[in-house]
Amino acid sequence: MGAATETFYSVIRRQGITRRCFHKFCGLTATSLGLGPLAASRIANALETKPRVPVIWMHGLECTCCSESFIRSAHPLVKDAVLSMISLDYDDTIMAAAGHQAEAILEETRAKHKGQYILAVEGNPPLNEGGMFCIDGGKPFVEKLKMMAEDAMAIIAWGACASWGCVQAAKPNPTQATPIDKVITNKPIIKVPGCPPIAEVMTGVVTFITTFGKLPELDRQGRPKMFYSQRIHDKCYRRPHFDAGQFVEEWDDEAARKGYCLYKMGCKGPTTYNACSTVRWNGGVSFPIQSGHGCIGCSEDGFWDKGSFYDRLTNIKQFGIEKNADQIGMAAAGAVGAAVAAHAAVTAAKRLANKRDDANQDH
Amino acid sequence: MMDAVAPASDARPDRAAIAADASGERAVGRSSVYVYEAPVRICHWVNAFSIIVLMGTGYLIGTPLPTVAGEASDNFVMGYIRFAHFSAGQVLAVFFLARILWTFVGNHHSRQIFYLPLHRRQFWKEVLHEIRWYAFLEREPKLYVGHNPLAQIAMFTGFTLFVAFMIVTGFALYSEGTGIDSWQHKLFGWVFAIWPNSQDVHTWHHLGMWALVVFVMVHIYTAIREDIMSRQSIISSMISGERQFRD
Repeated sequence: MGAATETFYSVIRRQGITRRCFHKFCGLTATSLGLGPLAASRIANALETKPRVPVIWMHGLECTCCSESFIRSAHPLVKDAVLSMISLDYDDTIMAAAGHQAEAILEETRAKHKGQYILAVEGNPPLNEGGMFCIDGGKPFVEKLKMMAEDAMAIIAWGACASWGCVQAAKPNPTQATPIDKVITNKPIIKVPGCPPIAEVMTGVVTFITTFGKLPELDRQGRPKMFYSQRIHDKCYRRPHFDAGQFVEEWDDEAARKGYCLYKMGCKGPTTYNACSTVRWNGGVSFPIQSGHGCIGCSEDGFWDKGSFYDRLTNIKQFGIEKNADQIGMAAAGAVGAAVAAHAAVTAAKRLANKRDDANQDH
Repeated sequence: MMDAVAPASDARPDRAAIAADASGERAVGRSSVYVYEAPVRICHWVNAFSIIVLMGTGYLIGTPLPTVAGEASDNFVMGYIRFAHFSAGQVLAVFFLARILWTFVGNHHSRQIFYLPLHRRQFWKEVLHEIRWYAFLEREPKLYVGHNPLAQIAMFTGFTLFVAFMIVTGFALYSEGTGIDSWQHKLFGWVFAIWPNSQDVHTWHHLGMWALVVFVMVHIYTAIREDIMSRQSIISSMISGERQFRD
């Protein structure tokens, strides 16, 4: 791992493809894309000279569910992503090297590929007590993160942890776990939220960067537009039932069996930006709503702190009460209504008394 | 406040005041002032109607009606409720904007609900008087051509600020459906920079609705009460534009 800079050509040759076949592939690609006669040699040249993008994959406070998801990618297969498309130079969870050998790769990549490597971060650094809640290679993770971020081309923030903070940053967040973009502010950061993100979304982002040599277009929150610009709700196959007004009222009722909309069961689809309803999971087999359970909004900011997964409205915790907006609103409206009625009653009583006074004075 | 008037002082004399018939029965003379110009009144009633529709449909979007039977393609209950909500929201936004534009053209009363003269000592003094009046500590109300200072505070926060907040958060939520390339998202998408999880925007939009419910209750109650107790027209003024002083 990480010795000499590998090109795509050397990977192709290593997989047993002859030079003749390689040129056939380039010619066929140019022809099928309708490019000019010179394109074949340009494609060959690019594959022969373009180095594979080095990727450093680091793990902070996390549960490895992002890695677990990533290795299940079907389109492209994760083996193609890891072995052919990128040069995964460091990933302490799955790499062969260990100890000082492994740590040496970080220094080496930093020096050799300055400003060219992608730093993929799974999890986030806890900042409390000088970062002591996450020690990696004898150092606080936050120091390692800052060091590697310095010379990176861009950073991929994998999952809800790196993007938003996730469960370790849920209130009261004792370790002060902090999302990447609050720690590293001078590098482009691609947020790929989800707990975990969809496998194909992860490899899709990697494929985009290696294919086009640039970062995908990001939305206002720093997420790739191609996967996060629409809500689960917008592409949900149960949407017709929502528009019709057909809802599951409780678990295991007739409507649940008929596959009606899970809105009343607290489905967070209408407030969650992700590609689950289009890309789905496990190679496109299913996704939570298809399995009969509402979306819990795992790719959204602070989803652990928004009350129950089975309520539409967030609980508001203020002044020792814990109620949702409608309960607070109704109580306030009720109190004001009672106050208005009382005020009206006092007004009427006073007016009557004044009239009587006036009448008495007249006599 | 400058708007405070002694009844029948600078108001224009009413013809009826000098009319009398042969039997000596006199018409009651009442002074009236033209306060609310036609565009202000139109905006008031359109906004009032929109807000009622928005509250009803908004509540039903948050807490939908019971499930309807039949095929999904035969029904569009939620769709119609949402359509009514979005239409009323657009109408409210347009008339709110029109109302702001009218302040540049209209009389000085049309500007009253868009600012608070918090720096004036007189303003605070009269606010105190109004509070005492509502706490039954004053026997006689002060009369105002426009809003009394307490009413001005209520209108500025309860209507201008709350409705502006609802329009901004409303369009931001609407942009979630129209997409991030829509003009709604370009104009109002910054709301999600403040609350990255749109569930929070929903929560605030709900709270804003209840704040408006409270405002509407107080608004209607005080309008009726002052109409009776201050002996000046309040409710009919929003129809005719004239404010009458009945004493």
